[in-house]
Amino acid sequence: MVPPRKRDYIGIPISVAGKKVADQWDLARDEASNDQCASYGPPTIMNQPTRVRISWQDDNTLRIDTDYGMQTRVFSFGQRPTQRRRTRQGTSVAVWEARRGRGAMTARYLTVTTANMLPGYLRKNGVPYGEQATLTEYFDIFSEPQGAMIMVVTAIVTDPVYLEHPYIIASQFKKEADSSKWDPTACSARW
Amino acid sequence: MWRVTGIAIVTFALTSVSMRSQGLGVPEGLDLSGSWVARNFTDALGNPPAMEPTPVDFLGIPLSEAGRAAALSTSPSQISMPERMCDFYPPTYIVLGPAGLKIWPETELRTGATTAWIVSGWTAYAPFPIFMDGRPHPSKYAPHPKTGFTTGTWVDDVLTTSTTHMEVGILRRNLAPSSDLATMTTRFSRHGDTLTVTARIDDPVNLTEPFYLTRTFVLGKTPLNPASWPCTVGDEGVPKGVVPHYLPGQNPFLDEVTRLYGIPVEAVLGGSETMYPEFRRKIREKYVRPEPCVAQPGNRAGFCGSPGLYPPVN
Repeated sequence: MVPPRKRDYIGIPISVAGKKVADQWDLARDEASNDQCASYGPPTIMNQPTRVRISWQDDNTLRIDTDYGMQTRVFSFGQRPTQRRRTRQGTSVAVWEARRGRGAMTARYLTVTTANMLPGYLRKNGVPYGEQATLTEYFDIFSEPQGAMIMVVTAIVTDPVYLEHPYIIASQFKKEADSSKWDPTACSARW
Repeated sequence: MWRVTGIAIVTFALTSVSMRSQGLGVPEGLDLSGSWVARNFTDALGNPPAMEPTPVDFLGIPLSEAGRAAALSTSPSQISMPERMCDFYPPTYIVLGPAGLKIWPETELRTGATTAWIVSGWTAYAPFPIFMDGRPHPSKYAPHPKTGFTTGTWVDDVLTTSTTHMEVGILRRNLAPSSDLATMTTRFSRHGDTLTVTARIDDPVNLTEPFYLTRTFVLGKTPLNPASWPCTVGDEGVPKGVVPHYLPGQNPFLDEVTRLYGIPVEAVLGGSETMYPEFRRKIREKYVRPEPCVAQPGNRAGFCGSPGLYPPVN
């Protein structure tokens, strides 16, 4: 993913306050900083050119690693973990939801809510989300012909300061047979 | 009094058993009916507020050589032809176009079972039924109607549909074409008041592998009027009988995305490798970051500082 032009925030329901922040964006400043991972937070990481590895860290914790930016997200089933300070990936709570009250166990999707995130970028050119942002994601798995599988992640970002409306995007993932194309790359403000 | 009541109860029970034994009247799945407001954030360049993708922008479409040749020879001005101006797109348009969806059930009168879901949304495509009654698809030699032919089943409370018999359509709103052999598998996945529609388009002529598209919608309170933009044929500068097109090698918009965004032409021309993350390594040294955006007269809406005006969900 490359930074679009400054002030290109088309496709994002940015507020006036968000525009003011986005218009101050400076790529050189981002590159000079110690943290080039502002655009790799939960609101956008699943919509980046990434591969993900999903595994069970323990019986109640699902882990997602991304090769793009080498980020790790941790989904806790149960109570939201306590966290003294904000982190890039925040804290995520996951629950299996049925689409209707008495649905079969297979007729469920994963709902993940994430909060306590460090402020970051919805886009590499500085379109912001702030400390009050929250993220709700729905993970669907679909079976395809010849044993293939597709995962669709629907993400809803709300930010009462920088967004006028919830920002809703969806991303598709195809399950691969192995990890041969896993390609870890560090965070970059430019690429 | 008790005797009459007892007979009425027994009669009702027997009728219910009879209906169920015939496989009738047990509602399946979820209620998808309503007016679903489109949230076009994912494809902001191909839909409002940008309105139209650039004529040559096939990034991320797994075009075959035949598909690329067809796409490069197609002029978007074809929709200004009097003969085509008010024509319908095939059902693929529900994941390609900007409009919301209006969905309602057709029910069997005696049992209340849903025999079909009707999907509409805009005058750009004909309302099409998703048949839920198990009927087979027509012969592959059957005519292709404007609506195509779609059947559906509930799979784990996700409405999963199969659409065949579509006419020649589009893979993107710049009229990159799909052939009349294209088929579409669509999943309507409801999460509360959010609807995620995921389509897989297969086209043995114009695509080398399945093309996945996803759009999201939010349930609205204001009824969506599919007839709110009635089409009338007018003069948009293309005379009757003329088909705008480009001969091979003569598409004048080949470098437009490169000029606007710095993205190399080989990426813009699409192909399956442009769908995958590793393609970035291939073009990294060729990418030229655009200059800071400065509003210029004649810039199309949506460039340089336009936030995109998204109406709230009412």
